[in-house]
Amino acid sequence: MLAALRHRLHEVFVRWALRVRPPEAAPIVLTQRRVYVLPTRAGMAYGAALVVMLLGAMNYNLSLGHALVFLLAGLGVVAILHTFRNLVHLSIRPGRCEPVFAGGMVQFGLLLENRRPDARTSLRLFIDDADPVEVDIAPHASAATTLAVRATKRGWMPMPRLTIETSWPLGLIRAWSYAVPDLSCLVYPTPAEKAPPLPWSSDSARGSTRDGRGADDFSGLRKHQVADAPRHVAWKAVARQQDGPLLTKLFSGAAAQQLWLDWTALPDTVGTEERLSILARWILDADAAGLAWGLRLPTLRLAPDNGPAQRSAGLRALALHNHGAQ
Amino acid sequence: MARSNRPVSLRQAWWLLASALAASAPLTPQVPLWLSLAAGVAYTWRAAITWRQWHLPPRWLLVLLVIAGTAGVVMQYRTTMGRTPGIALLLVFLALKLLELRTARDAVVTALLCYFLVLGQFLFTQTIPTALLAGLTTLITTATLLAASDDRPQPLLQLRRAGLMLAQALPFMLLLFLLFPRVQGPLWGIPQDRFSAISGLPDTIAPGSIALLSQSDAIAFRVKFKAEVPPQSQLYWRGPVMPAFDGRSWRIRQALGAYREVPYAGRGVAVDYEVTLEPHGKFWQFALELPATLPEGVALTSDYQPVSRQPVRNRMRYTQRAWPEANAGLNESQGILRDALALPKDGNPRTRAAAASWRAQHGSDGTAILAAAENFFNQQLLIYTLNPPLLGADSVDEFLFDTRRGFCEHFASAFVFALRAAGVPARIVAGYQGGEVNPVDGYLVVRQYDAHAWTEAWIAGRGWVRIDPTAISAPSRINLNLAAAVPAGEGLPFLARGDLAWLRELRHRLDAVTNGWNQWVLGYNPQRQRDLLAGLGMKEPDWRSMTAVLSVLCGGVMLGLTIWILRNRLRVDPAFAAWRRFTARLARCGIVWQPWEGPLAFARRAAAQAPRHAQRIGEIAALYARMRYGRSPQSGDLVRLKQMIAAFRP
Repeated sequence: MLAALRHRLHEVFVRWALRVRPPEAAPIVLTQRRVYVLPTRAGMAYGAALVVMLLGAMNYNLSLGHALVFLLAGLGVVAILHTFRNLVHLSIRPGRCEPVFAGGMVQFGLLLENRRPDARTSLRLFIDDADPVEVDIAPHASAATTLAVRATKRGWMPMPRLTIETSWPLGLIRAWSYAVPDLSCLVYPTPAEKAPPLPWSSDSARGSTRDGRGADDFSGLRKHQVADAPRHVAWKAVARQQDGPLLTKLFSGAAAQQLWLDWTALPDTVGTEERLSILARWILDADAAGLAWGLRLPTLRLAPDNGPAQRSAGLRALALHNHGAQ
Repeated sequence: MARSNRPVSLRQAWWLLASALAASAPLTPQVPLWLSLAAGVAYTWRAAITWRQWHLPPRWLLVLLVIAGTAGVVMQYRTTMGRTPGIALLLVFLALKLLELRTARDAVVTALLCYFLVLGQFLFTQTIPTALLAGLTTLITTATLLAASDDRPQPLLQLRRAGLMLAQALPFMLLLFLLFPRVQGPLWGIPQDRFSAISGLPDTIAPGSIALLSQSDAIAFRVKFKAEVPPQSQLYWRGPVMPAFDGRSWRIRQALGAYREVPYAGRGVAVDYEVTLEPHGKFWQFALELPATLPEGVALTSDYQPVSRQPVRNRMRYTQRAWPEANAGLNESQGILRDALALPKDGNPRTRAAAASWRAQHGSDGTAILAAAENFFNQQLLIYTLNPPLLGADSVDEFLFDTRRGFCEHFASAFVFALRAAGVPARIVAGYQGGEVNPVDGYLVVRQYDAHAWTEAWIAGRGWVRIDPTAISAPSRINLNLAAAVPAGEGLPFLARGDLAWLRELRHRLDAVTNGWNQWVLGYNPQRQRDLLAGLGMKEPDWRSMTAVLSVLCGGVMLGLTIWILRNRLRVDPAFAAWRRFTARLARCGIVWQPWEGPLAFARRAAAQAPRHAQRIGEIAALYARMRYGRSPQSGDLVRLKQMIAAFRP
């Protein structure tokens, strides 16, 4: 209950603190107005210790005791300034971000730029509750860093709100700021773990017919999967063995042929996301096998080709399939 | 706060050990030996853990050790309250905390304990060397705190950073010290155990008790006169008055303060002065005879002895006025006069006989008897010496007729005895006589070896009259000082000696520094704060106005520091600024520079998209790349880059 309230309050504060509507244009400079400073737990202990020491100095009329307490109080104030300075006017630029499959870790790249002639030390960057990444930046230099976030959905994943904090040098004060860099990462659909074999069937056969080659060679049977086309079911084999599992016919001998990974090659019972997963698996398999392949989606057609560019283009098409509509 | 759970590194452990050592070593003389030894063992153990990478002791063992240490302290002091037991307990905790350093949080706690112990030192001494030592310990502990959050820098760098931060904290310290509204302690229970062993006048005087003090050159009090310093022979600093005699020693009457204002009329020129009294643990204060005013919280006993309500446990400062020529006790009460005549039934028959002869000759004429007694003392050819022979049961007789050698208490004791035997009320006054003006700061310094005892006799119509029997035999003691009065070769404290002028000079300077320290640092109390602020033009400084001024000034310092600290914020690399102008122009043509793109890579891409400008783009990018990453930047580069970019129109 209390934790929930704290969380709510924190969210309200963050929304107020960010003010600008995210994502922010690059470079994000952490101006004075958006760097917040509060004592850490150690800082509060330090303050409490100073109060006790002051009372002791008063009770025993210790002039030097007063002096010591005041010196340490001054040190606390100086610590605020140093900690604040360690963070303020840092500029953050979005960096690269390699596409990943949903379920994997997105590595958001950031470029932290220090325009001051002094180093910045022990900056900690983190997203939500993830373990912080600690960065030091030399004077007049920049440092590249990446923050990992688990990708949950295919499509463009914007970089979540980033917290950047430091309690250097004394650990008594924490200065922090929030930023939402304009950085998005492409997330491919998760490749299905179980997928039907590459769809060499009708479309491929059609292709092969056009090419004037012979029909596919039957190469064997395997257990039927939901996504297998009904016409590939080995009905004869099923009929032979009572109560046995449905079997799917496998064909080989299409290596020289062009492969079409077709949206419609899958039965209608397969949902959109699952369909995209299977297509992703096919692309990976075909790419791994060095095949040339084409992709047919309801809204897009990719001419057959092979190589990394084709793979990226295919996966990107899957990732962004109907993305705007969501 | 994942950070506070980080394990303590080796380097941090060394830092913590260093600050623990620095914080506890100065306290060694104040705590029992077993505790120092135990702490030493714990520190060695800690060093071994760090050096040899041993395991930390198990928790149950630490708990046992904490219990044992606390029990030891309780058995030693029979309490855990108070100054020394508290410090001892802190030492126990610090030593054991070092043995359970696990996380950064433990490190912070240890550093805070070290700060506490620095404060603890001040309970025992607040001299300049102590302050310097405490400064060093604070520096090391602050460096430890720095290392607790980032242990990578080298020790010297760490110390330098700590020094820099403390230096930046100094203005705050000064402002707070001067302006933070001071409260006169104690806030709660009186710290009973402060200044338990300090030297000063005893409350009984027997032969030899003041001679003992003459061996000490510790400072009793310092005096700042408003006008000129009165002549040496007038500087009688009245302390405890001792009318009660038991045949051997004199003691004060256990009388409470009777007068809130002086009960006698002023006469002659008043002398104004300010006394800074060193703590001596007794109730009495010292005032130039005769006191005309009484400081706050001070009363005058019926013996005209100024006493304060509390024992003088802190160095205190008070202003006072004296009437050197006043007469007190013109209408003295019978009880007091009776006390001033009391003698034991027997003893010292020869002195009694001499006194009886004066009485027979002069009757009740006090002045004449006084003159006879002075004459008698003069004729006895008494010798003033620091090393009088030991006296037997009839101490007065033996001194006056046999040994004839004595220190001021012998003279005063014999004189009062003789007067009382002759029927003249008399009593002993103890205090200090004389003092030495420090030429450096003009303060009159009265030291323990200036302790003195003299007498007062009551004469009808004149009241109490001061007679100093020492002056009859050794006038130079009163007119000059101790060294001039005692025979050469007698062991005098270093500072009392007349030779070694350069050493005295040095000592004077040191003493002036110490006095300045005492007056302005240690003696900076609510009163002095009000005086100072009033002197600076603050009308009726109270805590509200002080806090307001303090806030404004601290805010000013903070602003100054902030500006200094953030001074580089607007300095953008001019080459980069030019580059941004260049990329902004290209962006208008749809060629957007990505921040992670190197200048040459961007140039290739841009050239491919805008072949018409390929050459210019290539030149600009090459120049910029050389300026940013090249080995030898040339002076004209920036100007050239700016010109090229200004001329670039895609």
